[in-house]
Amino acid sequence: MMILINLAGLALIALIVWWFWLYQPPQTTLANDELLIIVENGTYQPARIRLPANQPVSLNFLRKDASPCSEVLLIPDLHISETLPLNKRKRIDLPPMSKGEYAFHCQMQMYRGQLTVE
Amino acid sequence: MATETTDSAASTRSPDKHLPRQELLVEGASCASCVKKIETALQHVPGVTKAEMNLAQRTVSIEGSADAGALIQAVEQAGYGAKVQQAESESDALAEKEQADWAYYKRLMREMTIALGLGIPLMIYSLVVGEMTVTTTSERIVWLIVGLLTLAVMVFSGRHFYVGAWQSFKNHSANMDTLIALGTGTAWIYSMVVVLAPDVMPGMARHVYFEATAMIIGLINLGLALELKARGKTSEAVKRLIGLQPKTARIIRDGYETDIPISQVELHDLVRVRPGEKVPVDGEVTDGHTSIDESMLTGEPMPVEKGEGDEVVAGTINKTGSIVFKATRVGKDTALAQIIDMVKRAQNSKPPIGRLADVISAYFVPIIMIIAIVSALAWLNFGPEPVVAFAMVSATTVLIIACPCALGLATPMSVMVGVGKAAEAGVLIRNGEALQTSSRITAMILDKTGTITLGSPKVTDIVTAAAMDETRTLQLAASLESGSEHPLAQAIVESANERGIDLLAMSQFNAIAGHGVEAIVDGQQLLFGNEKLMQERSITLGSFIDKAQHLAADAKTPMYLAVNGTLAGIIAVADPIKEDSIAAIKRLQRSGIRVVMLTGDNRATAKAVAEKAGITEFFAEVLPEDKSKKVQELQMLGEVVGMTGDGINDAPALAIADVGFAIGTGTDVAIESADITLMRGSLHGLADAIAISKATLRNIKQNLLGAFFYNVAGVPFAAGVLYPFFGLLLSPVIAGAAMAFSSLTVVTNANRLRLFKAQEH
Repeated sequence: MMILINLAGLALIALIVWWFWLYQPPQTTLANDELLIIVENGTYQPARIRLPANQPVSLNFLRKDASPCSEVLLIPDLHISETLPLNKRKRIDLPPMSKGEYAFHCQMQMYRGQLTVE
Repeated sequence: MATETTDSAASTRSPDKHLPRQELLVEGASCASCVKKIETALQHVPGVTKAEMNLAQRTVSIEGSADAGALIQAVEQAGYGAKVQQAESESDALAEKEQADWAYYKRLMREMTIALGLGIPLMIYSLVVGEMTVTTTSERIVWLIVGLLTLAVMVFSGRHFYVGAWQSFKNHSANMDTLIALGTGTAWIYSMVVVLAPDVMPGMARHVYFEATAMIIGLINLGLALELKARGKTSEAVKRLIGLQPKTARIIRDGYETDIPISQVELHDLVRVRPGEKVPVDGEVTDGHTSIDESMLTGEPMPVEKGEGDEVVAGTINKTGSIVFKATRVGKDTALAQIIDMVKRAQNSKPPIGRLADVISAYFVPIIMIIAIVSALAWLNFGPEPVVAFAMVSATTVLIIACPCALGLATPMSVMVGVGKAAEAGVLIRNGEALQTSSRITAMILDKTGTITLGSPKVTDIVTAAAMDETRTLQLAASLESGSEHPLAQAIVESANERGIDLLAMSQFNAIAGHGVEAIVDGQQLLFGNEKLMQERSITLGSFIDKAQHLAADAKTPMYLAVNGTLAGIIAVADPIKEDSIAAIKRLQRSGIRVVMLTGDNRATAKAVAEKAGITEFFAEVLPEDKSKKVQELQMLGEVVGMTGDGINDAPALAIADVGFAIGTGTDVAIESADITLMRGSLHGLADAIAISKATLRNIKQNLLGAFFYNVAGVPFAAGVLYPFFGLLLSPVIAGAAMAFSSLTVVTNANRLRLFKAQEH
């Protein structure tokens, strides 16, 4: 019995590692400057966004979560820090970016997303 | 760069072309063809010269004199909805944010009351009767009711944790909600299993933990509410800046004075400000004379005299006279709006010291989940009976006590307060990195002119050769220097003007950088500059070298005038040291910083000025293009170098320094030119900037240390590492309280920075 419990525990640990760190969720591609990212319930929706390289693009954020954690949006590699108003769209203009991955998150890194520039 | 879309109403006008412009918010447009249709419909409205739609923002910008009603009608006829919109003012946005925060605070307090309303009686009961066990059928019924009440608490007061956890889980991410949801959920499910199917649990493990679930939800909501309150205080500096902006302006149009909202003030409008009123937008005085209190922006306590042609800045207070000024910057272009924007950006940016915490935060929650599983397995394998209960309690406690928020908040909260505090002292910090580096500065290079000195030199001595008189010497030098923009040249021209000397025509002007100038005046070849220039051109200086040295030793800058290859005289100029430079330099030196003066002046003058200012090290005769080399020289010696200059001539040196400080005079600041802008002309601003950055970094370190220690010590304790030695195992309720208050402690410690006061002695 204990062997089974221990194996289940180890399987659970493996699952955590795979689900949170190894799994690559699908990405959303930005089209026509139209993408709206909803900030709500601890997440950015969508959180993984594919963008074209070397051209300026804009992202629209709509914060629906009143918690102050979601208030600030940071894109450290681009030196962007913006306050997101509640229940209002905010457009963030991004400069042309070279290929690579750029994380965006709230101040405490609880809300997390990633821009993949290709 | 970012823009906001709002739903409020009014119209604005183009600031640059003076063509009326209106913004409409369009509803129902979703494709590129809608854009074309709406734009065409609007362009057909009489009076419209241009209509451009932004599909992403759902806004359309219309130029021309058309009536808003006609525009809305045109959009509606095209099959869409529209309303007028206006750029939101900072104070409106702030008021809205405060309202939203207040509503959120009330919600959290309500949820907390409900949760603790159930949790506290249950906890008291558990303290009175000891362990809450389920043995009889009647006990099962009572506990089932309590379990359902706890479920109601979870739904009403803890819903946001569970929804957040689930949403994050679906997104392959985990956050604080995940930990709270897992911890409280585990305790509740375990208890319900005990109530509904007690037989699956060993007898000793038939305990219920409903009080833990309710208490944890209540305490964490309380912690969040208190944290929200404390956070409000961290942004007080920005609130104060926003509050400086008046809501209306009195403008003069067509000979009439009317009060209008400041959002409607246009470029070139004439604005009247009466004594005691705030200046509404930036502008240039066209009529009247007054003194203006700029202390709220610059930290400079003395009011500044303003007359025709002088610049006035939004947010400052008119003290004595009534003035009329022409608006030169309105809306988001005013210095105040830019300062607010810069402070807000800097407050949200992170210094490098926060990066480790960020890396840890990114992996933190899944790691805690793994530790909780390992802890449960350890109890199940090696723990005493009842192992199931111990395993569940330890896993829940580990999940609940871990607080990624304290780690995440440690840096940003202190930066928020520190940057705000600096802004109050007239110090604008560009970002977190500049803040951190300035706390580590070991050497500070101060440009002499305009930084240590007033930057407004005056002619003090004229020594002439036998064939010349003072007036003629000054006339020739001033005529020659009228082509130069150098501050010393301006001093000479001003001196000639004061004495009523007419300037002569000048031709073939040539500036020899860092040395002097030459030109032909009145048919004579003139050469005016330093000793090096004279030696290069083989001018015999004779006994004048001694005279020049004597002047230089008195902190004056002597310049030689040669006419047709023969020395005609010396004109000495002195630039007085600012009143408080000496005290401020002492402050820097006391804080262990090596202060070095840099100047293009000759060695003797530089030495005399440095001595007067209390500086032992100086670089003299430095050409403008070599200033950055001097910065590098100190960097090569391992110093972390700060460079302070006016931000115009020193731009390359400011850029190459570890931290560049641009020292402004009044509100005419070169905000873009440096890492840190000192709005006050005084060097005390520099000492304040360094003192604040040191205090902020100290505060960040305290926060990080506290958050690290809390998690590093708290998690093993919760897992039960002390149990084998001391029989100690933490209760999940205590863990919940500790977690809730750990973030609050961080925010409260950051708020202590608000009490920081720089000492000007």
